[in-house]
Amino acid sequence: MNKKQAFKQKLCASPHIVWSAIFVVVPLIMVLYYAITDRTGAFTTDNITRLSDYVTPFLRSLWFGIVATIICLIIAYPLAYIIAHSKAKVQSTMVILVMIPMWMNFLLRTYAWMTLLEDSGVINTILGKIGIGPFHMINTSGAVILGMVYNFLPYMILPIYTVMTKMDKNLVEAAHDLGANKFRVIKDVVFPLTRSGVISGITMVFVPSVSTFYISQKLGGGSFALIGDIIEMQFQVSNNFNFGAALSLVLMILILICMAVMNRFGDAEKAGGVGV
Amino acid sequence: MKNNVIIDLKNISVSFKDTKVLENLSMYIRDKEFITLLGPSGCGKTTTLRVIAGFLEPDSGEVIFEDKVINGVPPHKRQVNTIFQRYALFPHLNVYENIAFGLRVKKMKEAEIKEIVTEMLELVNLKGFERRNINALSGGQQQRIAIARALAVKPRVLLLDEPLGALDLKLRKDMQVELKNIQQRLGITFIYVTHDQEEALSMSDTVVVMDGGEIQQIGRPEDVYNEPKNAFVADFIGESNILDGKMLEDYKCSFSGATFQCLDKGFASGEQVDVVVRPEDVDIVSLDKAMLTGTVTSVTFKGVHFEIIVDIGGFKWMIQTTDYEPVGKEIGLFIEPDAIHIMKKSKYSGLYGDYSSFSDELEHLSDIVEEE
Repeated sequence: MNKKQAFKQKLCASPHIVWSAIFVVVPLIMVLYYAITDRTGAFTTDNITRLSDYVTPFLRSLWFGIVATIICLIIAYPLAYIIAHSKAKVQSTMVILVMIPMWMNFLLRTYAWMTLLEDSGVINTILGKIGIGPFHMINTSGAVILGMVYNFLPYMILPIYTVMTKMDKNLVEAAHDLGANKFRVIKDVVFPLTRSGVISGITMVFVPSVSTFYISQKLGGGSFALIGDIIEMQFQVSNNFNFGAALSLVLMILILICMAVMNRFGDAEKAGGVGV
Repeated sequence: MKNNVIIDLKNISVSFKDTKVLENLSMYIRDKEFITLLGPSGCGKTTTLRVIAGFLEPDSGEVIFEDKVINGVPPHKRQVNTIFQRYALFPHLNVYENIAFGLRVKKMKEAEIKEIVTEMLELVNLKGFERRNINALSGGQQQRIAIARALAVKPRVLLLDEPLGALDLKLRKDMQVELKNIQQRLGITFIYVTHDQEEALSMSDTVVVMDGGEIQQIGRPEDVYNEPKNAFVADFIGESNILDGKMLEDYKCSFSGATFQCLDKGFASGEQVDVVVRPEDVDIVSLDKAMLTGTVTSVTFKGVHFEIIVDIGGFKWMIQTTDYEPVGKEIGLFIEPDAIHIMKKSKYSGLYGDYSSFSDELEHLSDIVEEE
């Protein structure tokens, strides 16, 4: 590549670099700045030390996030497998069915669940007609997790489905041919080869689940404050940008750690499969 | 095993939606035989292989393995293994683990596995490749690993689906010899699928020529080449001039407006037949000794010989000769009785064997491997 080409390439990349600088790097620095200063702009560690009061919502966020992610994975993996192995026409219909809820507004979907789950809501009314219930469903931790699973499930299905369609079907036949039964084929061939889809699915469900703030307020009735709700409160209600920034910073670090562990786990598994 | 027959296919029919892929196909395969299913893409050869492997259940008919009907037996319980067209090696496993896959399924001891893998790598000339990554191997090497992986589980029958299709010509020739050697050394039945007639002729004990989901001819390579059953076989295997002719009496026939001695008998006198003359069996002679005369319309240098297209009464013949003849020249042709092969009329009559639209380019295009 000559110099002129190199320059042209840089020129093409420059809008992206400028964009990233303004909207990614600068805000990160601002978050960091707010987190270690007080209202007057003086340096302080108070924001960080105050975090200890919020260990419960932190842990609850992580816990709910993990549970929602696992449920999503359990539902999404077989579903993606079924979709990927259907006829082309069925496939496109099913993918659209998975995506349609994503076209609807997030708030609307959550409101819909409220009317469904309420004590005198749609589900309990129907159950009552056939003589079951009523069940108390709204304002429970289960409802919050349900909201997460419902909202983020497509983000688990789509990457797994994509990897599965790309997988060479001959590999499955080759494994059968070598004597492996269905279970063995899934365990030793399909799953290892779709792991990358699983990892991106987990990332795409876990991160928004941990940091979500709206679902818990609407479906949890305020009794299951998640860290996202606390952060929102700092900015919207208490007007304490500094503490909100500190909370965000720690949440971000926690997510990064989780993802690092996750990727490490994925790599280790991969390396483990290849031994002599 | 009756008569040493390891696999017996009886009246197999397969159709996908409304298309019939195999129609009432019956054939048997002897133990330790190298048998090749040969035909153009879409002829049903890969489908036949998949029926034997168990990936596909026939709509009707019986698949018999060692005197037992195995319809409905899943692939992983059949004693046959497949070499796939694109190898289908597991990309997440290294060479060792790929070959060991079938052995691990069998729950063999690690020491035993190691022994077999080493032995197999030696067999395919890739000693010391155990820890290599699959993606770091060349096409030829991947092919060898695929062979090693399939042979490691000691199958009774090995199914090979155009295994050399993705390799370049030189490598293909080498692998043909190697595969044949492996087959003879291990004494395993090979069922080989290809659309390459040269490959089929040079490797097989038996060739099965297929078209349109039906078997056109089964026989030893020499027989299929020298005595094709119909115009399709004559055209598909090698080059052929196929002419519309008439049997006058035993050992005497007429075509292209002349009468010829031949070695065929048993036809009704006056019966319409297809006559095959191979391009290499036509001699160019001076006009006064000629049985037929024609005008040269094109000459192509092929290295070993010239390929000459001659117009004889509007029918274009192909002749392979070492003598150069210029375009436009009138030449005389001579055909020995043993160079003439008579075939009964079939649905393929008139479709093949005329070189008026012949071009090398088309020939090559039809060689491109298509997925069935």
